[in-house]
Amino acid sequence: MIIGLGHYLAVAAIVFTLGIFGIFLNRKNVIIILMSIELILLAVNIDLVAFSSFLGDIVGQVYALIVLTVAAAESAIGLAILVAYFRNRGSIAVEDIDLLKG
Amino acid sequence: MIIHAIFFYLFAGVTVASAVMVISARNPVHSVLFLILAFVNAAGLFVLLGAEFLAMILIVVYVGAVAVLFLFVVMMLDVDFTELRRGFLNYLPIGALIGAVLLAELLILVGGWAIAPPTAHPAAPIAANVSNTEALGLVLYTRYVYFFEAAGVILLIAMIGAIVMTLQHKPQVRRQNIAAQIARRRASAIELVKVKPGQGVS
Repeated sequence: MIIGLGHYLAVAAIVFTLGIFGIFLNRKNVIIILMSIELILLAVNIDLVAFSSFLGDIVGQVYALIVLTVAAAESAIGLAILVAYFRNRGSIAVEDIDLLKG
Repeated sequence: MIIHAIFFYLFAGVTVASAVMVISARNPVHSVLFLILAFVNAAGLFVLLGAEFLAMILIVVYVGAVAVLFLFVVMMLDVDFTELRRGFLNYLPIGALIGAVLLAELLILVGGWAIAPPTAHPAAPIAANVSNTEALGLVLYTRYVYFFEAAGVILLIAMIGAIVMTLQHKPQVRRQNIAAQIARRRASAIELVKVKPGQGVS
């Protein structure tokens, strides 16, 4: 029952796939899409920390910290865009967001 | 070692199950709550991996800040979420196909890849006899200080951007104009009127 690197990588792969799957499944709901992106970044963080731990290299954790920072900034900006868009249009359905098509 | 395995399967199982619930929950508020559960269990996985500092940061940053932000936005927007869910199953086949292909690729990669033993030269070996937080600080503030500063700048830009995008000035609301108050002089504020006796002020 030795838990090795492969176990953690498998968990991260499953969570990553669920994030991708969530983007496809909730094509209309921007909020769930943003949450799916958070899941994808979490999977990447699990990968980085697992490699850092099993290879004895602290740089992976430094990198995970940077990824965490960018994920927090991304969700803040994404939700701000969402709130501003909802104020202007009164809807957040993805198929309505096509103004730039001309 | 058996305890380690039990906790690994507990945390991994709950993480995957709550990730499934995040993308399939009927109510977005439940999605956010399951996202919190997924992050807490991922923090448990980090503790098992010996990265306690990142585990605590994950709980503080995600559960404390990002998830609450999501919760605020979900509850603040007056959106008909049942309408948004219409056609939910239309995208299931293509999503399942792409997800299955991706998962198969990743698992083949994980299963068929031999990681070189850690006798290779690490960029920054984990210092012995210090805690995880101290080991992280030893490299984060010295070798990777520019990355640290860049992370701070990114957070500052995100904060300013979020404030600028969501700040709104309603035209009918009267606000204090401090510059106009300070620039007010005696000549513009006071008018002397000569009043003749018995006539009053018109």
